[in-house]
Amino acid sequence: MYGNDFGQPGTTDPGAGAPPHPLNAAETPDYTDALAEYFDGLIEEDQRVEPRDAMPEAYRTTLIRQMAQHAHSEIIGMQPEANWITRAPSLRRKAILMAKVQDEAGHGLYLYSAAETLGVDRSELLDKLHSGRQKYSSIFNYPTLTWADAGAIGWLVDGAAIMNQVPLCRCSYGPYARAMVRVCKEESFHQRQGFEILWVLARGTEEQKAMAQDAANRWWWPALQMFGPPDTGEHASSGHTAQSMAWGIKRFSNDDLRQKFVDMTVPQAQKLGITLPDPDLAWNEERGHWDFGPIDWDEFWRVLKGDGPCNEQRIRTRVQAHEEGAWVREAAEAYAAKQAARHQPEAVA
Amino acid sequence: MTEQHTTETVGADPGRVADPAFDYLLGLGDDALIYAQRLGEWLTHAPQIEEDMALGNVALDLIGQARALLTHAGEVEGPDPVRDEDDLAMLRHEREFRNVQLVEQPRGDFAHEMARLLWFSTYQRALYSALLTSTDETLAGVAAKAVKEVDYHRDHATQWVLRLGDGTEESHDRMQAALVAVHPYVAELGEDHGAARWAAEHGVGVLPSSLIDAVNASVAGVLEQATLSMPDAPRWHARGGRAGVHSEVMGYLLAEMQHLHRSHPGARW
Ligand SMILES: [Fe+2]
Ligand SMILES: [Fe+2]
Repeated sequence: MYGNDFGQPGTTDPGAGAPPHPLNAAETPDYTDALAEYFDGLIEEDQRVEPRDAMPEAYRTTLIRQMAQHAHSEIIGMQPEANWITRAPSLRRKAILMAKVQDEAGHGLYLYSAAETLGVDRSELLDKLHSGRQKYSSIFNYPTLTWADAGAIGWLVDGAAIMNQVPLCRCSYGPYARAMVRVCKEESFHQRQGFEILWVLARGTEEQKAMAQDAANRWWWPALQMFGPPDTGEHASSGHTAQSMAWGIKRFSNDDLRQKFVDMTVPQAQKLGITLPDPDLAWNEERGHWDFGPIDWDEFWRVLKGDGPCNEQRIRTRVQAHEEGAWVREAAEAYAAKQAARHQPEAVA
Repeated sequence: MTEQHTTETVGADPGRVADPAFDYLLGLGDDALIYAQRLGEWLTHAPQIEEDMALGNVALDLIGQARALLTHAGEVEGPDPVRDEDDLAMLRHEREFRNVQLVEQPRGDFAHEMARLLWFSTYQRALYSALLTSTDETLAGVAAKAVKEVDYHRDHATQWVLRLGDGTEESHDRMQAALVAVHPYVAELGEDHGAARWAAEHGVGVLPSSLIDAVNASVAGVLEQATLSMPDAPRWHARGGRAGVHSEVMGYLLAEMQHLHRSHPGARW
């Protein structure tokens, strides 16, 4: 891979520009290490908590909440990208985008199943999503306004998601860890296709370049907010971080993951030729990390609490699909019941 | 003074395609492309998440077929310069599209989609099975892959028509109403047209009229099992798609599908 990373100067063929390696956290030793540890863990089975194991009730409810909100994020996250399926600029892009949105549906199902191992069911969790009692990642409350947003979501949002999810491959709860191993692999493809969309735009016409830059401007800060509030300082939340770390659900602090993401992404922006919208972004030799400017936590809390551009719309769309499909699901149940009755031996009179 | 009848047309017929080999492939490719475009609208709107995935799968298969068929059509059309899949999908005008009107109709409720999918996939299965022996080797290759895909589509639609037909009273009524609504678009699948006659004569393709009876018989079998009835012959039926005459909804579909590509002439994506 190395050596011919970026194609020839002036090349616009997307195939010729192989993106840098590693491009996302699932392509780093962190992921391979997590995989290795996971499979080692399978051998020494007692390292993972399995559904039948005794567990503290608080551990159980924390996991259900986290897995459900993760599943909801996958499902709601389909909407901003599905917004571009009918308008994708080429048939190849249309096919890739459709496959990506479809993957997210699969991730949602996979995570709902993982949650169901703890004795809840999907319809119960969906009800909580629909009624606002459970949240999804606030990033999806922002709109996809141009085609470049499909690229920015893949590059930044999937990229940030993988950074969060690779450590979850080592999560102490077996079904969640296993779900993450599979999900991270696919998220890695998603992040690559997003990078590639922007790569081509950034080498295209002036209008395409502007489109790519504008998308990065709008998605950069919300992507950094995806790691959650800071661990210390005035904006720190009295969240569940410490407890989750003690339980082996969470492995790194929000700020550590955010820093890793920034460090991995800034050089990618430079390769793309995109300027990240942060005048304070600077390499800090002493720390060996990129410094970045203050995050607008007021905006974060405002959007999380419902006052974002798409909060209403995302839930309305989800609820509408669910309600419009009610008669279909009822029919499927009725049919299954009839079939079961037909195949039962005649009842004794 | 009376106006004289004009004897010369102002311009060429916008729906005319001179080469029947090209025309025939466009018909196949456009059916797949336009149906994929409609099915793509289902993602995030399906009755359950499994169905978002399943309809996405069907759409992806159809996009794959469309890309192979349109690419081949462009090659058959010939040089100066060869039009690729995107030139054909994104830069043709409505009157140059060759799909049947069935596939361009707006997304109805889930029963409408299953009615359309059952008929269309049953037709495509018969079609691709016949094309396995096409003298056009590329087309035969596309058919060999596609026939397995559409077999799955047909099975999926069949399962749902059974569930909806023999599910609840409401689902039965909705499914029956959907069949009545979709039925007028079915006859066009079986109508012979110039390009198909040329293709059948040259061993490249097959006459649609030779497929349609078996298609309808197969659908009728599913309907019977689903406690549904084949609708009576409709008062009207759609015609003209293979000559580029579409229904009013087609312009909006193309406006949505093509606008981004057309807004940036010559750009790469
Ligand atoms: Fe995902
Ligand atoms: Fe993803």
